[in-house]
Amino acid sequence: MFKKLIKWARTKSPWVLHFNSGACNACDIEILAALMPHYDLERFGVQLKATPRHADVLLCSGPVTKQIAPRLKRIYEQMPEPKAVVAVGACACSGGAFRGCYNVLEGVDQIIPVAAYIPGCPIKPEALIDGVAKLLGKA
Amino acid sequence: MPETIHLPMGPQHPFLKEPAKFDFDIQGEEIVGARMQMGYNHRGIEKLCEDRNYYQCLFILERICGICSHSHTTAFVQATEKLLGLEVPKRGLYLRTLVCELERLHSHLLWLGVAAHEVGFDTLFMLVWRDREIVMEILEEISGNRVNYAINTIGGVRRDLTEEQRKKILAMLEPLLARTEYYAGIGTNEPSFVGRIRGVGRMSKERAIEKCAVGPFGRASGVDMDIRRDDPYGAYPDLEFKVITSDECDIYGRVLVRVFEIVESCKLVRQILENLPEGEIAVKKVMRRVPAGAAISRYEAPRGEDVHWVRGNGTEKPERVKVRAPTMANLEAATESVVGALVADIPIAIASIDPCFSCTDRTTVALNDRRRGRRLTTWAELRQHGIDWYRKNKGISF
Repeated sequence: MFKKLIKWARTKSPWVLHFNSGACNACDIEILAALMPHYDLERFGVQLKATPRHADVLLCSGPVTKQIAPRLKRIYEQMPEPKAVVAVGACACSGGAFRGCYNVLEGVDQIIPVAAYIPGCPIKPEALIDGVAKLLGKA
Repeated sequence: MPETIHLPMGPQHPFLKEPAKFDFDIQGEEIVGARMQMGYNHRGIEKLCEDRNYYQCLFILERICGICSHSHTTAFVQATEKLLGLEVPKRGLYLRTLVCELERLHSHLLWLGVAAHEVGFDTLFMLVWRDREIVMEILEEISGNRVNYAINTIGGVRRDLTEEQRKKILAMLEPLLARTEYYAGIGTNEPSFVGRIRGVGRMSKERAIEKCAVGPFGRASGVDMDIRRDDPYGAYPDLEFKVITSDECDIYGRVLVRVFEIVESCKLVRQILENLPEGEIAVKKVMRRVPAGAAISRYEAPRGEDVHWVRGNGTEKPERVKVRAPTMANLEAATESVVGALVADIPIAIASIDPCFSCTDRTTVALNDRRRGRRLTTWAELRQHGIDWYRKNKGISF
């Protein structure tokens, strides 16, 4: 019964942390646009949080540059369990347009486990809403 | 004399939308020193361009920055067109300029929202971002994309505007113009907002010139410089617009410049659509091989002057592409303008230059760090590394 309550609370109000691991800002402004009144992701209880210690879901955009990789790992470790990572955008999924650059690691899943991939360069806010809804349905 | 405390901020910090690291020295509430460290966002795009042909370069250069994506491609195609000696048709230039101005609109609106958020005025943040969607819809109507428009090509633009589209966009502009004028009023008159930003983050005209400040940041310190007027490109020679400057020299001035630029851009978009010439949108036949030579192109991006330098060597691939993004010029000045402010003013003072680290970030620097046993790479070693890399991976020997 208690477990059910916790699960209900978690899936009804996932708090997200947005982290840019070397992205071009396009996915980042689309994430922000999805949270704003026009698309209003907040009606699903999704709220953008400032610190990893409050977050359930890490929305990670960008192809992970070599300098950011250790920081990304640390931010992931700071998040409390249970946690999920969403790779936002083509370059977070696989390196995308930056595949072959000397300073990128080609994808978030090279560093931390990823629960959901949202492709697109950049993603559309609708795609983000769809991805987050699917992730919550799985939980 | 209070003790000096070292306060690091970043790379992940709520006030930063992108990773960057700032170090502040604080005495009580006052900031007495500021330094910054970049490189978290460096991907190596300039190097990647050397491996791509000019059309693929367009794709990759568009992804330098998602907010001013059109700036980088326009600057690049202008340089390439100079090398090829192409004359772009009038309609192509007008459509290119149309997207330029819409991009400035959406970038400034985005910034106004973020700036309001940084001072805790979330109502304005939400309202501005709601109305920014009108601009995004117009851009989607024109180019088919919301953020990376992919409308530029060498010798013109890729998509034409139909008469219905033109009328539709003109109709969409009316409510937008009304809303932007309303925001201009709020941004410059609302006492709770103005009281928070007036006199904060001061940067005098002399220091701004010395630190090479560009764009709205420079114009807010009285540096009257706008590439659209001083070195016109695209359709700007035919258009009439005002260059907004301010002598306030603080964050209030930067808000003032940007909100009136929003209104000015709105009027420019209408002017372009009303005077759209007929004809071709792009040069029909473009050589894939670009002759040897170098060209430089300047562009007034939403954040300031964006410079691209392209060197061709007679092949399909550029030999070197060099990008100097506007944030690069402004960061130094912004870091200095924070000194003397209070800790609570850091977010808005840094955000007031509209920083875009993805445009700017340079490579990481290996410092002489004895503690971790690292040492400085010498120039000779670096050169040898380059030669070895090319020999191994490309089969080129020097």
